Amino acid sequence: MDNLFNRKYIVQGLFIVVSLILLGTLFYIQVFSDKYFLSAESNVLRKLYTFPARGVILDRNEKILVQNEPVYDLMVIPNDVKEFDTLALCGIIGIDTIKFKKNFKKALNQSRYQPSIFEKQLSVSIYQSLSEKLYRFPGFFVQSRTIRQYPDSIAGHFLGYIKEVSPTDIERSEGYYRPGDYIGKTGVEKAYETALRGERGVVNMLYDAHNVPKGSYAEGKFDTSAVSGEQLISSLDVRIQKLGEELLKNKVGSIVAIEPATGEILAFVSSPGYDPNLMVGRQQGNNYMDLLKNPNRVLNIRPIQGYYSPGSSFKPLDALIGLQEGVIDENTTFNCPGYFRVGNHTTKCEHVDGNIALRRGLARSCNTYACYVFQKLLTQKKFNRNQQVAYDYWQKKVKLWGLGDTLGIDLPGERKGRLYDASYYSKKYSKYWGYSTVISLAIGQGEMDATPLQMANIMAAIANKGYYIKPHLVKSIGKDHVIRKEYLKKNYVGVDAAHFGPVIDGMQEAVNSPWGTALASRIDGIIMCGKTGTVQNPRGKNHSVFIGFAPRDNPKIAIAVIVENAGYGGTYAAPIASYITEKYLKDSIPPNRRGGVEWMKKQVILPALPKPKVKTKAALIDSAKKADSLKKSINAVEPKKVIDKKND
Amino acid sequence: MTNQQSNRFFFNVDWITILIYIALCAVGYVNIYASVHNTTDTSVFNFGSNYGKQLIYVIAGLVLGFSILLLDAKFFSVFSPIVYGVTVLLLIIVLVVGRNVGGNQAWISLGGGFRLQPSEFAKFGTALLLARYISSFSPKFRDLKSIAFAGLIMGIPLVLIMLQPDAGSALVFLAFMFPMYREGLSGYFLLIFLGMIVLFVADFLVPLKVLIPTILLIGGFFVYQNKRKQKVMFSAILVTIIAIAYLFVVKLAYEKVLKPHQRTRIELILGLKIDPKGVGYNVIQSKIAIGSGQLTGRGFLQGTQTKYGYVPAQSTDFIFSTIGEEWGFVGCFVVIGLFLFLLLRLINLAERQRSTFSRVYGYCVASILFFHVFINIGMAIGIVPVIGIPLPFISYGGSSLWSFTILLFIFLKLDSNRMGFI
Ligand SMILES: [Zn+2]
Repeated sequence: MDNLFNRKYIVQGLFIVVSLILLGTLFYIQVFSDKYFLSAESNVLRKLYTFPARGVILDRNEKILVQNEPVYDLMVIPNDVKEFDTLALCGIIGIDTIKFKKNFKKALNQSRYQPSIFEKQLSVSIYQSLSEKLYRFPGFFVQSRTIRQYPDSIAGHFLGYIKEVSPTDIERSEGYYRPGDYIGKTGVEKAYETALRGERGVVNMLYDAHNVPKGSYAEGKFDTSAVSGEQLISSLDVRIQKLGEELLKNKVGSIVAIEPATGEILAFVSSPGYDPNLMVGRQQGNNYMDLLKNPNRVLNIRPIQGYYSPGSSFKPLDALIGLQEGVIDENTTFNCPGYFRVGNHTTKCEHVDGNIALRRGLARSCNTYACYVFQKLLTQKKFNRNQQVAYDYWQKKVKLWGLGDTLGIDLPGERKGRLYDASYYSKKYSKYWGYSTVISLAIGQGEMDATPLQMANIMAAIANKGYYIKPHLVKSIGKDHVIRKEYLKKNYVGVDAAHFGPVIDGMQEAVNSPWGTALASRIDGIIMCGKTGTVQNPRGKNHSVFIGFAPRDNPKIAIAVIVENAGYGGTYAAPIASYITEKYLKDSIPPNRRGGVEWMKKQVILPALPKPKVKTKAALIDSAKKADSLKKSINAVEPKKVIDKKND
Repeated sequence: MTNQQSNRFFFNVDWITILIYIALCAVGYVNIYASVHNTTDTSVFNFGSNYGKQLIYVIAGLVLGFSILLLDAKFFSVFSPIVYGVTVLLLIIVLVVGRNVGGNQAWISLGGGFRLQPSEFAKFGTALLLARYISSFSPKFRDLKSIAFAGLIMGIPLVLIMLQPDAGSALVFLAFMFPMYREGLSGYFLLIFLGMIVLFVADFLVPLKVLIPTILLIGGFFVYQNKRKQKVMFSAILVTIIAIAYLFVVKLAYEKVLKPHQRTRIELILGLKIDPKGVGYNVIQSKIAIGSGQLTGRGFLQGTQTKYGYVPAQSTDFIFSTIGEEWGFVGCFVVIGLFLFLLLRLINLAERQRSTFSRVYGYCVASILFFHVFINIGMAIGIVPVIGIPLPFISYGGSSLWSFTILLFIFLKLDSNRMGFI
């Protein structure tokens, strides 16, 4: 033993310190951090997804509106890629080497060991030539999935489209969606996304270091199989939807047809439309940009986003509210000298109708008659001559008809329309205002806008004699034909059924009597009731409007047709409505009218294109802005002191 | 042989150490079984497989160990020059006729699929001669001559192994600094050597523009601390200058003297060029496997990283990743605890020897084991560069197991004879 004996402790101390360093590091990587544990899972566990077929959408007669078509995604596991003939692969799938490098880098960024999409939606023919040579491209494989296919190329606005999820979609779904998934972006695809998408299937597979599958994880306990999306039965009728789209071809406008008893939408045409097949496949992005750039704003869903003054089509409401309030009866007459004058406000009437009562008033679309009714409503004794209180009361009655608010259609993007309450005018006119100030509302002008859907809905409520069911586009969901409860409820409009008789008489006269203004919509053997309207448009020719329903007894169809810049309602909107109605009720249009149908299809009524402006880009971005500018362009004139108005 | 005779042979043998030895061999067997296990072949005694072979190695190792206990303790001291000579000769032979395995010319084929790795046996040869030298001449390592001589004893095998080239195994010979330190070598030598190794490795792993300022900062700190003591201050300046010069010399030697394939080899050893999958793949996978064990491990045969071959050299150099994955932190704690207990016990045993030869040899054994354990586990958890050396008693392979067994049991024999003189 010597003094060097103490060095034993230094050596032993070193051993202990080093052991503690090892244990400390181990504690960190094993217990403290779960980074390595998670990496281990991703090392061995591959989740192989099977994609469900998206739900098919059928029309009311179970004809297919949209179905699925197989496509093939080229997948890659970057780690398994070995040297290969890049040009050959590029040639087969039709991309250049720059795109190839970009795609590969993107896949590499996603994961080195997990498969990611290299090029999506290869067609069957590309797939066939690729699959023969796939062995030459190690690390690449093909995964099948389905895309949408539209056999009749119709109803693009209603159906909407699906698109690969964006990072925001993924975030919002709290991880439900994964990169490469598809999601409904507009229309029914968006509104019924959860029903249509179905459930992804997953197989958890274990892989060894050489990427050889080693069987399923936990005996497949966590595996699921894909469940196809629910089938939707739409309320649309392919026959009249197709006819409607053809009739409005090369015109700007809308057709909305509703089955009054159910609120089911039979036709939903927004023109100009687009072929929904454009929004599928590898060219989707380019096609979408083209549609966005179209100056006629193809992507606007006019039936629920277009704003129009209801015009003469509002007059039945004047009469019905008047009858309900007791300010008139069906025989009350007013004198029409060709205008209605109060103070310095003059509202012109197209005719000098003389003494005129309800039925004739509607059939002739007499402005004077409408103004008198409105005057009576706003000067009722029960409001102590307080016209502003009376106006609010009137406005509430009108709102019951679904104006001034969204109707709750099962489609995204519906707009409210425009109908103000008394406080708006009090602010605008510093409290000094009365019925004469807002008299143009009596004839559906002034500060009042409605969407074509709202107009059609008013017709449905009249056809039902006092109530409507929220208009909707999907009849039933899934195999069990589930119907949403809100689409079974009757919404009453606050007018007793007894008052409808004379008003409907007037509308029948408008279509069927020699002095009617809507003769162009007469159909042999069917009693159509309706009204035309001609809505002034400061930017060009008047918009042509027709609203109505048929047949008079037990109505089957309520319809609103708007053709922008087409002039008189009788020229375009009324015949179009009659063709649709006839086709729907009789299933065919008699030969003597087919010429008219063909003539109508060929008419081109497109607004003069605005000079290209630099701001297009900004206009493309915000759809709200878009709709706003649309509104301005098609809206009626601001209220004028003298309203020069054609009655028709 | 009578019962009494056998009692005499195993009298005073430290059974606790033998128990730890057996425990570590068992840990090795179990984890090799797990790392080569596949679901189609579940037999425990498949002698064609690695774990089957390891069982043979363990049994043979025990026979070998107990045979050593039967030898006369004086044998080791007397024959140490011869043992050393033979191992050096084998190291030379292997350079000439050796089989090239994994880029290293380290194996001599013995036929029948068995091969010998002389570098493993050089460890106890060197340990024996070093112990003999110190016990015979009682150098206190105060003079350059004795340091040089001891340095030569460990330097010859070190250089020969370096030539294979197997820098990992060569590095282990630096473990003999510990017994020299115990016998009087100044602690500064240890520090200098440590510094040289750290700098050598750092030279490859850290860019010079980071390394030199770091050294200057540390040097400057020491100079500032000792500004009153001129002598110390000057030596601090000197050390700093030498350290920086050393960096350039190493770099220069590396680039001018070494051939490209030798450079690659060094880069490989330092973990710069591990395998085609990219730098550090082994270590990352090993860390993932160990980390995925968490506190209690995935359980025997449940380690997915182990089963599916994510960690290269799973049953040999990276056997610790299997332990980490399947037995968790608890398992790692037990294994490291066993090793630490063994090391501390070996030092204690060494210190109770009357003969200097036995004590020095004991220190050699403890130091070599320590180097192996520290480097191997440190490498598996990524705090030491990848240096391919086995984990004693646990890693798969006959040569390494037997050489550690011989190394250990010679000391146990010496210890059992501690009352006698050698
Ligand atoms: Zn009139």
